[in-house]
Amino acid sequence: MSNKPRTLSQKVWDDHVVTRQEGQPDLLYVDLHLVHEVTSPQAFDGLRQNGRSVRRPDLTIATEDHNVPTEDIDKPIADEVSAKQVDTLRNNTAEFGITNYPMGHVNQGIVHVIGPEQGLTQPGMTIVCGDSHTSTHGAFGALAFGIGTSEVEHVLATQTLLQPTQETMSITVDGELPKGSTAKDVVLAILAACDTGGGIGAIAEFRGPVIEALSMEGRMTVCNMSIEFGAKAGLIAPDDTTFEYLAGRPNAPTGADWDAAVAHWRTLKTDEGAVFDRQVVINGADITPHVTWGTNPGQVIKLADTVPSPDDFTDETAREAAARALDYMGLTAGTAMKDVAVDTVFIGSCTNSRIEDLRAAAAVAEGRTVANGMRTLVVPGSGLVKKQAEAEGLDKIFIEAGFDWREPGCSMCLAMNPDRLTEGERSASTSNRNFEGRQGRGGRTHLVSPAVAAATAIAGTFATPEDL
Amino acid sequence: MEPVHIVQGTAVPLDRSDVDTDQIIPSDWLKRVERTGFDKGLFSEWRDDPNFVMNQEQYAGANILVAGPNFGTGSSREHAVWAIQQYGFAAVISPIFGPIFRNNCTKNGLVAVQVDHAVAEQIMAAVQHDPATELVIDVARKSLEVPSLDIDVVFELSDSVQHRFLNGLDDIGLTLQQGNAIDSFESTRPAFKPTTA
Ligand code: SF4
Repeated sequence: MSNKPRTLSQKVWDDHVVTRQEGQPDLLYVDLHLVHEVTSPQAFDGLRQNGRSVRRPDLTIATEDHNVPTEDIDKPIADEVSAKQVDTLRNNTAEFGITNYPMGHVNQGIVHVIGPEQGLTQPGMTIVCGDSHTSTHGAFGALAFGIGTSEVEHVLATQTLLQPTQETMSITVDGELPKGSTAKDVVLAILAACDTGGGIGAIAEFRGPVIEALSMEGRMTVCNMSIEFGAKAGLIAPDDTTFEYLAGRPNAPTGADWDAAVAHWRTLKTDEGAVFDRQVVINGADITPHVTWGTNPGQVIKLADTVPSPDDFTDETAREAAARALDYMGLTAGTAMKDVAVDTVFIGSCTNSRIEDLRAAAAVAEGRTVANGMRTLVVPGSGLVKKQAEAEGLDKIFIEAGFDWREPGCSMCLAMNPDRLTEGERSASTSNRNFEGRQGRGGRTHLVSPAVAAATAIAGTFATPEDL
Repeated sequence: MEPVHIVQGTAVPLDRSDVDTDQIIPSDWLKRVERTGFDKGLFSEWRDDPNFVMNQEQYAGANILVAGPNFGTGSSREHAVWAIQQYGFAAVISPIFGPIFRNNCTKNGLVAVQVDHAVAEQIMAAVQHDPATELVIDVARKSLEVPSLDIDVVFELSDSVQHRFLNGLDDIGLTLQQGNAIDSFESTRPAFKPTTA
């Protein structure tokens, strides 16, 4: 490599190039492959059909998350098609020698929660998964991105991926967040600035004082939603916060390996003088709590604002999209978001189901009661998060306040299990996608932070903790 | 993958932006473990509406989908590509695609034709006005032609993807030929990196 200053993502990329040929995509080595039941069955079938094996089962880990129920998990899965998909994963992982954390296992959970928690996600790694929110792992300074099922098969067979190089993008969040704002509000504000397409063809690096001040949980929330503005991946330079989080985790290096690792990890930052292809700068002081009003994550406003009108958009495509979204969402332009009544609150998903998210929600719920008729689900991201939360007594706080305390999984993030919205039902959700029907056919999803979700559960209408 | 040279035929105009993969194939369909049978799932929530464009008789038999901008954003589900193909489309035209979707297309021989906004709008209008409008996509030339509109534009397709399309090649087989390079890369992997075993 030349001595030209490089960005963080270029360094991690260059470190994994197996072969590079003019006019061809790079062949990149994959350090960790995460597998779940939904996007893998056809890939394992492909291996069998071609008589191929898994090259590195020891760099592969599987878990059951998308289909698993969050109640009665000691019973077989009632939905036969879901049950078959989960069984297929169990059979495939057994046949090919891959570790799987099944439903009910303490290490089971949402695939993007368990990687970091097990210390498998480390700085400078390449991490892929047949899931678009793989970008979550970028919080550790890893290059992590979602792939399709054909690519899952490719990684299983070869432990590599063919990837054309990407542009680089910096997203700097300056200054300091106002009190009461969270990492979720930061990424929703980034979406407001970049819209759904601003990151297409690029790898984003989040930087600046606001990002540096975030905990690892907060950084994961931000990186998680990189795909929502189209970025291939999103990452953050590792620092002491990262190393402290990793130290002592099950798969983190120890002894001399730890020292060697940290010495390497400290080099993983964008060089002085490196130039990004695209740059976005956001003022942290402007980031108050946010909420989505439409049917894609770029349709987002401040919670204190009113529902926009299609006429607010100059671009014709955006205007038509806004009109369609308002119709689907059953909202009228000019209504204060804080006057909009909510039916269901979902606290969970790979965006916001880690221990810190549950602590933030519990702090709001403590000593209060959820609004009359409100349906609430609190779904921890993993068995370990659940255990930790229970050790801290968070489950009791939720239950006393009237929240439903559930078993770990993806749950109402995408409604592949029994947790779903009904036609016209409106949710405040800490997940990452407000697409039409995402949480159940005809359901209306508004994306918010855990603190806003909890406050909304209590108020009955969109609210921040300060509003209570 | 079957070789793809020329896609010629008529098109269905799906005139809306930001069609994400959750709309293309709703999550209930993702529970299946097979690679086939997704044709009925394509846009299944919209297809219940008799007025939905795919239900309109004049577009029956079309083999190209003309979509608005930001087509295929969101979830990485390759089922979206399978559903579009299994329904009978061989190509999709849009001013901009979700990147994972676009990449998944290249693994299955579905031609994702990204053209200028203005060209896309012109084609959309023409197909809405005259469902018999004929389109020709030529992978060898990387071109999209609409003779009745005098359109003949080149679209972006990397040489390596083009080569695989024209020859129906399987990525995995090609990569496995690089086994020695992968072995030697692996031998330099630092000891501190984790394993799952
Ligand atoms: S929680 Fe939601 S976004 Fe995350 S992996 Fe599960 S389904 Fe996907």
